[in-house]
Amino acid sequence: MTKTPNPDAYATARETTEGRIYTLTGGDWDSLLAETDPLSAERLVVNMGPQHPSTHGVLRLVLELQGETVTQARSVIGYLHTGIEKNAEYRTWTQGVTFVTRMDYLSPVFNETGYCLAVEKLLGISAPERAQTIRVLLMELNRISSHLVWLATAGMELGALSMMIYGFRERELILDIFELITGLRMNMAYVRPGGVVADLPPQAHAKISEFLRVMPGHIKSYEDLLSGNPVWRARTQGVGFLDLTGCMALGITGPVLRSAGLGWDLRKTEPYCGYENYTFDVPTQTTGDVWGRYLVRLAEMRESLTIVEQALDNLRPGPVMVTDKKIAWPAQLALGADGLGNSLEHIRTIMGQSMESLIHHFKLVTEGFRVPEGQVYVPIESPRGELGMHLVSSGGTRPYRLHVREPSFVNLQAFPAMVEGAPIADVIAAGASLDPVMGGVDR
Amino acid sequence: MNAPSTPDMGVGSEVTPASEARRAERDSIGMFGVSGTGDTSGFGGLVRRFAPVESSPRPFGGYFDELVDALTTALAAAGVAPDAIMRVVVDRGELTLYIRAEVLLTVVQQLRDSPALRFELCSSVSGVDYFDPDAPPETALQRLHAVYHLTSMTYRRRLRLEVAVDAQHPRVPSVTSVYPTADWQEREAYDMFGIVFDGHPALTRILMPDDWDGHPQRKDYPLGGVPVEYKGAQIPPPDNRRAYR
Repeated sequence: MTKTPNPDAYATARETTEGRIYTLTGGDWDSLLAETDPLSAERLVVNMGPQHPSTHGVLRLVLELQGETVTQARSVIGYLHTGIEKNAEYRTWTQGVTFVTRMDYLSPVFNETGYCLAVEKLLGISAPERAQTIRVLLMELNRISSHLVWLATAGMELGALSMMIYGFRERELILDIFELITGLRMNMAYVRPGGVVADLPPQAHAKISEFLRVMPGHIKSYEDLLSGNPVWRARTQGVGFLDLTGCMALGITGPVLRSAGLGWDLRKTEPYCGYENYTFDVPTQTTGDVWGRYLVRLAEMRESLTIVEQALDNLRPGPVMVTDKKIAWPAQLALGADGLGNSLEHIRTIMGQSMESLIHHFKLVTEGFRVPEGQVYVPIESPRGELGMHLVSSGGTRPYRLHVREPSFVNLQAFPAMVEGAPIADVIAAGASLDPVMGGVDR
Repeated sequence: MNAPSTPDMGVGSEVTPASEARRAERDSIGMFGVSGTGDTSGFGGLVRRFAPVESSPRPFGGYFDELVDALTTALAAAGVAPDAIMRVVVDRGELTLYIRAEVLLTVVQQLRDSPALRFELCSSVSGVDYFDPDAPPETALQRLHAVYHLTSMTYRRRLRLEVAVDAQHPRVPSVTSVYPTADWQEREAYDMFGIVFDGHPALTRILMPDDWDGHPQRKDYPLGGVPVEYKGAQIPPPDNRRAYR
């Protein structure tokens, strides 16, 4: 190191004709620390991410530290921006489903259902009762799987590695159910405008019943594992605090808002898909910290189980798609060994016997149906809060504009409010408690 | 391609004026609502037109009348000219108020704080680009819309505010002083549509890189790309591909 004071402790500088050049050097620690001790005295800016394992995807956190205390925190997003909203403007209304399902990849059924409810509202139609019940069934299973991933990753980040294994293990049970019903584990594009793409297969009832039988025991075991654990309590209680005033100002919804004491749940306040016919509670806590959010999510999983049970009982035989042949695809999809596809029987019929079906199929798949001009906003309660679909139609075969009010995106704004003034270790717990999914944040 | 006249199966061979009219109507529209040249090959390009938005007549129905009256009273008390609300549109059970950009901040302040309104939550802020290259200049001017979706948790009501600005001077007052949650959402609308929110604490790009040129979700934003030749056929870049209306 040179004797003159260096503006940057980690690099040597020299003046050249091009300006000042810094050279990063592997220095001598003693001489480096003799000049400055960043841990105690100096303001230190730390970039966490975008590839840090604890940031739930490609999220970059810029933390300004004074010693171990975070004095300022900012989150930088956009690393996973894929232009889904813009892409949807160049696809038919039905194809839009395959795009939105990839936004928040932990809750694909919610994205699909919200989008389809918006298209249906623009069209002035509503899906048949059986389709609505299937949507509720899948949404609640999806809520459990999403909360399981939260519990698994949050547990892992705070040192409860067993929780990670358990959470992903039980999520697998739900993904198996999804695979049985839709042919895919994630991003299934199963909910379509006008209903759902295919009816439940005959084995679904037994498989879901089996899941309902085993799952309460598993949730109990998570509680046994974590709730009494002194490390878990110490790292969650009083951490990431955000009170109701803060939540309201920052537009926070979902479990984070309910952990601050307001029982605002769109399934209760503005029911859709027939949620008014189900009996369930909206769990709340008043602690407003990570601990409260953990308790709320655990309780929500239990409530979701009761809704799934009621939905199974409510299933009545009937169509799963609107009968309007100008909207519903004539395709009869069948679940084969390699996933969902056209049934051979159906192809034989349309190719050999029904010219009209063939024309309709061709027109609906290539050109798509028209949606009357106008705009709607449809909010639903996703595992992370209010998922709103603002959809504008110009009367054509494609969306004119799709804007998604993503709860992950809005909730992530609360991150600085939660961590500024806290030790750096709590950044992980507080960020995790917001449950941001970057696919949803960046879209 | 015009729809070929097919035998009228239901009516039989009897030709009446009514059936003639029906047939003419069907032939002109076609089964899939084709109008104009009826070019369904897709080479006609993507044409999008919007009918002018008109005010809905009273009564609006539901809580809408009460809400609009309460807002008008609150605005009058705040000293805002009565033409602040340019249009009231009720469509598909949703209420939209078209607001002058200058008074937006006063309007949202009243909407949040007035005891009869209490819109505590700003659910969503988004932009829409109503771009029509063939539109007459007076409508083409107001092409960029900032759309706000507000939620009243107290009364369980929803409301949409729409503010239109022209693309040359796309300035809208920021509502972040009333709804801090609008911060990132306004940044996104700025990033994607170039709407400048005056008074925003740090209006920078949020999803696109900082040095990005242009605003990608504007309708006249070039998609780019080059034609690609594949097995003798040329596939044009995305902008120039054929598309159904």
